[in-house]
Amino acid sequence: MEALARSLVQAVPAIAGVPFWTVTLLVMVVTAAVLLVFALTFGGVGSYVLRKVAGDIQVRIGPNRVGPYGILQFLADGVKLILKEDIIPAKADRFLFVLAPYLVFIGSFAAFVVVPFGVGLIAADLNIGVYYVMAITSLVVVGILMAGWASNNKWALLGGMRAAAQIVSYEIPVGMAILPAVLIAGSLSLQDIVRSQGGLLGVFGWNLFHNPFTFFSFFLYFTAAQAETNQTPFDLPEAESELVSGYNVEYSGIRYAFFFLAEFGDMFIVAALATACFLGGWHVPFFRADALPALWGNLLSLGVFLVKAFGLVLVMMWVRWTLPRLRVDQLMRMAWKYLVPLTFANLLGVSLWLLVFKGKGIPQMIASIF
Amino acid sequence: MTTPAEALHTQEMLINMGPQHPSTHGVLRVLLRTDGEVVVNARPDMGYLHRGLEKIGERVTYAQFMPFTDRLDYLAAMNCNCAWAWAVEKLAGIEAPERAEYIRVIVCELNRISSHLIAFGSFTADMGAFTPFLYSIRERERVNDLFEMTCGNRLTYNYARVGGVSADLPRGFLEKTKEFLDYFEPKIDEYNKLISYNKIFVHRLANVAVITGEEAVAYGLTGPNLRGSGVAFDLRKDEPYSVYPKLDFQVCVGSGERGTLGDCFDRYMVRINEMRESVKILRQAIARIPEGPVLAKVPRVFKPAAAEVYVRTECPRGETGFYVISDGTVLPNRLKIRAGSFVTMNIFEKVTRGLMIADIVAVIGSFDIILPEIDR
Repeated sequence: MEALARSLVQAVPAIAGVPFWTVTLLVMVVTAAVLLVFALTFGGVGSYVLRKVAGDIQVRIGPNRVGPYGILQFLADGVKLILKEDIIPAKADRFLFVLAPYLVFIGSFAAFVVVPFGVGLIAADLNIGVYYVMAITSLVVVGILMAGWASNNKWALLGGMRAAAQIVSYEIPVGMAILPAVLIAGSLSLQDIVRSQGGLLGVFGWNLFHNPFTFFSFFLYFTAAQAETNQTPFDLPEAESELVSGYNVEYSGIRYAFFFLAEFGDMFIVAALATACFLGGWHVPFFRADALPALWGNLLSLGVFLVKAFGLVLVMMWVRWTLPRLRVDQLMRMAWKYLVPLTFANLLGVSLWLLVFKGKGIPQMIASIF
Repeated sequence: MTTPAEALHTQEMLINMGPQHPSTHGVLRVLLRTDGEVVVNARPDMGYLHRGLEKIGERVTYAQFMPFTDRLDYLAAMNCNCAWAWAVEKLAGIEAPERAEYIRVIVCELNRISSHLIAFGSFTADMGAFTPFLYSIRERERVNDLFEMTCGNRLTYNYARVGGVSADLPRGFLEKTKEFLDYFEPKIDEYNKLISYNKIFVHRLANVAVITGEEAVAYGLTGPNLRGSGVAFDLRKDEPYSVYPKLDFQVCVGSGERGTLGDCFDRYMVRINEMRESVKILRQAIARIPEGPVLAKVPRVFKPAAAEVYVRTECPRGETGFYVISDGTVLPNRLKIRAGSFVTMNIFEKVTRGLMIADIVAVIGSFDIILPEIDR
């Protein structure tokens, strides 16, 4: 952030007289605004794509009224949600009820800060990036539990309890499944993790193909992360057919929109983290994007990153419209009896591999033969 | 000294599931007493859709009651229509022409398919998989098109008449039905591939809410719910009526293939297999349907002699029976309707004890209840 502000001051002499902290603050606000716009747009366009994908899978058309091919449907939905009456149940805990959606949204939105969109496109390259994402997304649990409790509705309470149990349980396998990428890069910074997957090995530089254990841990991560972000088949906290709508049943209007946006934000974060840690992040196969001039390199790497991440988001939607839902006890059994031991064994496997083969992956070994 | 478990104050929660709930298949209200997610007791509360159909039956003539039977089980209105027609015909000693009987069997079996499609679709939607529901709706639409050809209606048909059916099958109907059967039969395999043997789906249903054969008989379960418990009882076979004796078909029973005999999965599978059998019946009926009149001569004002009959038929949701007492006037003296779904709800409280909340939804779905039939 400061580096960016410093280069801005150097590039534009006119603002040299302004106190340095103002420039930094300005850069911060602009970055946050850009990310917010991205998150909102993703939520909007994502909901349109989700509905179109659902329509396609379910032999129907999907939104097709607002704008060409219904593409403006999300704007209509957004306007509707903003204009709607804001209902707070009479017996709800007003303070917590009002606070909850913001906590949920912050928990998901704040994770955007460390997403490595491109060569130099990252809001804050924290040296504890992965850890930060794990920590900040935990805020979502607090918000959901708060929403469930404050609504003074038994279905919402059940949804909140389910969400808390589920998210806390699945954080462990998610964390352990992502650690192999951290071990290989030797850093928690997401930008470092992405850089460690470069090289001219093309797609084989990706952590996914580093060794059999990392290949496995990608799928473990993707499964566990779907559960952690309450996506079908793990969408128990908002199980429509059981809990009506779960923790957000009493919410309407803009507050509901925040839950909705947080859900899409979570989807993107899962996809982005999987891309960054296993699918080479913004690396273009057989091409060095970071060797290009800054502007073109950034644009190219941004495009590649988004294509990979959106691809994963599409896979999530596909899964969502295909599978039925697990039951609570089955969900917990899956986390504690299968995913936790598996991810742990996997982590051990990766560690041993790195120790035995001096950090080299299979592709590097094959490459060194020739 | 109190242990930590005793010091921790817990209490049971009383939850109102319904009458407005997406998975109670209508206005069923279930009072859940739960310990966390585990159901201690689930008491069904019925009657939100009571319209007094039995009383209405005493105030309208036999012929006038026909449209009311549409409103009994609106997903299988043809079956209810024909059941009423058969009941009155037995009461008055009228015999419908053979062509009319074949037409009735054809529309009944078509309606059994469309009703089981909804059962299958809404059940999978209850389990969280929304896509199969729309697939089943796609197929049901074609059955509705066929029914529209016969009587112009797509939901409440009012097609049967005392002594036959209201109109002969239109030209091209049988060909269209054959086309539908050729299209539909492979779809059943598609459903099985998509969802029936899906691991999550099987895990949700297997060994849940097991009803043994004896229990099922003791509680008066009928239809697919009884057959799911392994009891091969089908009125079309065991108490044959209409032209069913001339047709060759199997009675599908649960086999406990993925869990225990009589669990939710068995009840689900019986319906899937019954759709196949209905296709078989339809193919035979189409091949054998004779030419001839479709409506027997029935006097416009007709007064059956004083008598009482109970006629029961195999509807998609079990045995639908009409108990009619005639006192020799144009109006029935008393009408009692036995509905499969209503009797099925008796065992609900027993089988749901100790299940999870999500299983309640599975049980309701596997019983395939319909509320207008329960409340009448």
